[in-house]
Amino acid sequence: MSNGRFGIHGGQYVPETLMNAIHELEDAYIRYKDDPAFQAELTDLLNNYVGRPSLLYYAEKMTKDLGGAKIYLKREDLNHTGSHKINNALAQCLLAKKMGKTRVIAETGAGQHGVATATAAALLGLECEIYMGRLDTERQALNVYRMRLLGAAVHTVDSGTATLKDAVSETFREWVSRIDDTHYVLGSVMGPHPFPTIVRDFQAVISREIKAQLLEKEGRLPDAVIACVGGGSNAIGAFYHFIEDEKVQLIGCEAAGRGIDTKETAATLSTGRVGIFHGMKSYFCQDEYGQIAPVYSISAGLDYPGVGPEHAMLFESGRAQYVAVTDEEAVQAFEYLSRTEGIIPAIESAHAVSYACRLAPTMRPDQILVVNISGRGDKDVAAIARYRGEDLHD
Amino acid sequence: MTNISEAFAHGKAFIPFLTCGDPDLETTEKLIPALAEAGADLIELGIPFSDPTAEGPVIQDANLRALSGGTTTDKIFDMVRRVRRKVSVPMIFRTYANVIFSYGPDRFLKTAAQIGISGIIVPDIPFEEREEFAPECRKYGLVQISTAAPNSHHRVHAIAEQAEGFLCCVSSSGMMETGSSTLPGIGAVMQHVRAVSDIPCVVKGGISTPEQAEAACRQSDGVIVGSAVVKLIAAHGRDCVPPVSAYVREMKAACRRAD
Repeated sequence: MSNGRFGIHGGQYVPETLMNAIHELEDAYIRYKDDPAFQAELTDLLNNYVGRPSLLYYAEKMTKDLGGAKIYLKREDLNHTGSHKINNALAQCLLAKKMGKTRVIAETGAGQHGVATATAAALLGLECEIYMGRLDTERQALNVYRMRLLGAAVHTVDSGTATLKDAVSETFREWVSRIDDTHYVLGSVMGPHPFPTIVRDFQAVISREIKAQLLEKEGRLPDAVIACVGGGSNAIGAFYHFIEDEKVQLIGCEAAGRGIDTKETAATLSTGRVGIFHGMKSYFCQDEYGQIAPVYSISAGLDYPGVGPEHAMLFESGRAQYVAVTDEEAVQAFEYLSRTEGIIPAIESAHAVSYACRLAPTMRPDQILVVNISGRGDKDVAAIARYRGEDLHD
Repeated sequence: MTNISEAFAHGKAFIPFLTCGDPDLETTEKLIPALAEAGADLIELGIPFSDPTAEGPVIQDANLRALSGGTTTDKIFDMVRRVRRKVSVPMIFRTYANVIFSYGPDRFLKTAAQIGISGIIVPDIPFEEREEFAPECRKYGLVQISTAAPNSHHRVHAIAEQAEGFLCCVSSSGMMETGSSTLPGIGAVMQHVRAVSDIPCVVKGGISTPEQAEAACRQSDGVIVGSAVVKLIAAHGRDCVPPVSAYVREMKAACRRAD
């Protein structure tokens, strides 16, 4: 493993009370990541429980309609629980079990990671508690009930801005107070080392499959891979096995909210600066004194003021490009994909779809674009209806 | 320049913590001389941060109160510069890494040294990351305070060996706030420290009453009390100086009983 650094980014900026726990996790991860028995058990779960490999679907109607590059959709929305989050949640819960932990805790924004963790915990017989900002419990009421149905306790977080960043802070606090029997299933490629590496490795299955599937269908690599970026777990998963293939363009789509020239945005790389927060050095939305800025996006899953350290490195090296997509553009893409392909994407993933719609017509028909559909949009239907002025509630 | 070792020159040390700008900076400016007068051996001044992840609810709220009142790093520097002319008590800043990083570590630590601050304690800079600000601390003669916890286990040796000023020993692996009557794990931490270093060790966490302070001082060189002080400030607002002074006097007397 790297020493937890991605260029200058990453590191382990956590209180002393957590150091022992993250060292213990690093040791366990080193021990199990190449352990054939662990990998066989994980692969069996991914294939027979999650439903992997997920489809790589040729979006023919979208391709024809946009009139440019050939568009493939990586269907992470078809995974059990409806998003890519299960890849990491299941793997970390399995790791926690091997470490002798009996209880898992997790933060959640949109609720997808909370549902995935609650699901994995139910399957593997672990006690589970989820921390979620009050604002998000209101935006994603259905997912709250879903987690409870799966046997998890859901704690509402009222501190700070009562969204994802506060849920992360609260989960770290809870972990400090009960480390012996508890593992923190962090949901994105962020936080202190070893989390950004662990989560990336568990999500890298996405790009491993895209590569193999596209080689089989087209006999070649894609020209571009597009994914949405909040903390950045589905994006790093979709990028990882292409990083060395320099001809493959990697594009991350951040949530611009109401626009990157407004304060109501969550586009960290477009508007933030380098800082130190939540255990890592990376880019953060912050004011001139380093106070973390309140962020906004229609998408609860992208509503986070930071980005994973590996993305910060890819951004600085120019290996990946990061663009900002507004609420309105994402909602239009949400509706477009539903209508055109009969696929309702998560509002998070719709940010990536939106940029694909912009990019595809500028590319040649012999070029290939892969869009990661990180999750399905059922959870967002009521919120989008309200955005469009309809009085619809979950 | 005020030296941290002075804080330990008069027996067991009592170290109150307060968040600058809670409820406002004028009150903080009055509190500091009053705390020194009441017997504080060193004062830990919190520079507020929007997301104080290592604090419990009492100090989290103080951070937010201070920020919503418009407190900034620059305004705190100005306040400390003024107050330094009136008091000789050693003072250290407690704040989060991003506050220092964002200001520019060189500019922040240079200014802190100029206005008479003796050191910094940064909860999200553990031993392994201390080089983040160590070069600038060395350059300007500031001490970077380290923390050891009951669950630091074998790392306590390394931490204690490199510790400067004093070592902050967290009294439980949790971030317990005021209330508990025992100090789990402190004995073991002290044993590890004493095997390699004679640096002063102060206990932090779970101390609010004179009895707890006395008990902690019997096992250590002093105590840091944060949330009990901040609770008094929250309860009395701008009128907090007399009750906080009285509390510090009582706590310092308790520490003396353990001398």
